[in-house]
Amino acid sequence: MIRIAIFGFGAVGKGVAKILMDRERMNRLIGNYSVVAVADSKGSIVSSSVNLKEALKIKEKNGRLPDGMNVIEIIEEVDFDVALELTPTNIDTGEPGLTHIKKCLKKGANVITSNKGPLVVAYKELSKLAERSGVKLLFEATVGGAMPVIKLIKRDIAGNRIRSIKGILNGTCNYILSRMEKERLSYRMILAEAKELGIVEANESYDVEGIDSAAKLVILANSLMDMDVSLKDVEIEGITEITPEAFEIALEKGYTIRLISEVSEDVLRVSPRLIPLNNPLCVHGTLNAILIKADLAGEIFVIGRGAGSLETASAVISDLAELYSC
Amino acid sequence: MAVVTLVVELKDKPGQLAKVIEPVSKYRGNIISIVHKREKRTPTGSIPVEISIEIDEKSIGKLVENIRSQGVVVKSYNEVRLTSTTSVMLIGHIIHTDLATTIDAVDRTGFAEVVEMHISMPYLEKPSTAMMTISATGEKKLKVALDRLKEVCMKKKITVIEPLELEE
Ligand SMILES: NC(=O)c1ccc[n+]([C@@H]2O[C@H](COP(=O)([O-])OP(=O)(O)OC[C@H]3O[C@@H](n4cnc5c(N)ncnc54)[C@H](OP(=O)(O)O)[C@@H]3O)[C@@H](O)[C@H]2O)c1
Repeated sequence: MIRIAIFGFGAVGKGVAKILMDRERMNRLIGNYSVVAVADSKGSIVSSSVNLKEALKIKEKNGRLPDGMNVIEIIEEVDFDVALELTPTNIDTGEPGLTHIKKCLKKGANVITSNKGPLVVAYKELSKLAERSGVKLLFEATVGGAMPVIKLIKRDIAGNRIRSIKGILNGTCNYILSRMEKERLSYRMILAEAKELGIVEANESYDVEGIDSAAKLVILANSLMDMDVSLKDVEIEGITEITPEAFEIALEKGYTIRLISEVSEDVLRVSPRLIPLNNPLCVHGTLNAILIKADLAGEIFVIGRGAGSLETASAVISDLAELYSC
Repeated sequence: MAVVTLVVELKDKPGQLAKVIEPVSKYRGNIISIVHKREKRTPTGSIPVEISIEIDEKSIGKLVENIRSQGVVVKSYNEVRLTSTTSVMLIGHIIHTDLATTIDAVDRTGFAEVVEMHISMPYLEKPSTAMMTISATGEKKLKVALDRLKEVCMKKKITVIEPLELEE
């Protein structure tokens, strides 16, 4: 019996809960399991088998879970095999996720997270800690949402040396740029449109100035290319200076413009780039995409949805399968 | 007499080759061969054409000058071949920040030059946008030239949008 604790019950946490309610799907994937704790910022439900349908209903109705233990108390007092750490990202401190993950690893529980913060701040420390404790820290959902990236590179093309990774890792920027390309409207107007659609983070600079992309790039560099870099090592340029004329001229010459995150031996940078219209990275809307160059496999291209409740939950579930696949 | 190989970039429309052939006969050169490298079409849609000419060595400089004055891009002749080309976009106050010194950042290297530039100025006070084509004697040199350009543009607060790959 796999005992699962869920920390964070927002878009991703609820998405995961919905998939875990599908017993038939999940039993086939990982065998017997039960959720032993669910927590949000205000409360929690702890039981030998949490009724997820009920938990979702309560959260929906009251906007919060009932009073109960907080995450720290749950880690200290409840037995579980794997924690799903799905709390908000803070790329400066990593908290609250950083403390949650450390405590779980120390006590010998596996951790699956969608939270970039702890990995950006302390990847090396956390991976060493996991190794020492003989447990796993998996984080497929932190980069590219539903798109397979981490396990694809670590497992499916294992043995390759990764020469470079170039990708579109922020759906909001890609939406803005591909709309500017099509409509030839100003950056400001398209940004307003994206806000109306609710696809821009509350702190918009996080998206449009390339910080979110840079955070994901740091995770890729450290976990897949054996680097030891932090956010301040990334050369970052956002999309706020791009003009509609830029698209006009670029298109005339057979290019468009996209925000590209690139890592290779001597490059670590997020910047708008000219992309030939026939290049696969020329994707539209909120899609993410990634072009991997590996020494044996050559080029590999992945495209998919970089965000969304079930999409991100899909990546979390794939990590559960990685740990417990039967 | 010497044999020189010119690589010129011609627009893909009628009448372009004449701009090269006429100066050749003017300087008493003999055309040995003409090869259109259609598969190497440049990012701006021009076609590199390789032309071998038998001509008096002393006339080579004047010939090239004359061809260039027709508005034809001469990418290389003889040994000094500009083999690597890329396009970059600049956004900002390109004209008001002394365009000449921006271009000079590339040309001054001695191994790279700005071979084409296309500028769009929507309104006088608004930032303008330009596509600049740079050729250099090799990919590494091209990268150095690009770095110099980026340095200058950073000082002038001009945004540089680089291509995904240095050479497509
Ligand atoms: N949404 C996506 O498409 C997506 C994609 C990839 C990665 N991610 C990452 O996944 C994580 C979750 O995203 P989300 O969209 O689900 O965010 P969200 O909707 O804001 O949910 C965050 C959840 O964490 C809870 N929380 C906050 N502080 C907590 C604490 N100290 N202890 C316990 N719970 C706490 C919140 O509680 P309350 O409900 O009480 O506020 C909320 O339930 C973030 O790190 C995000 O960057 C999201």
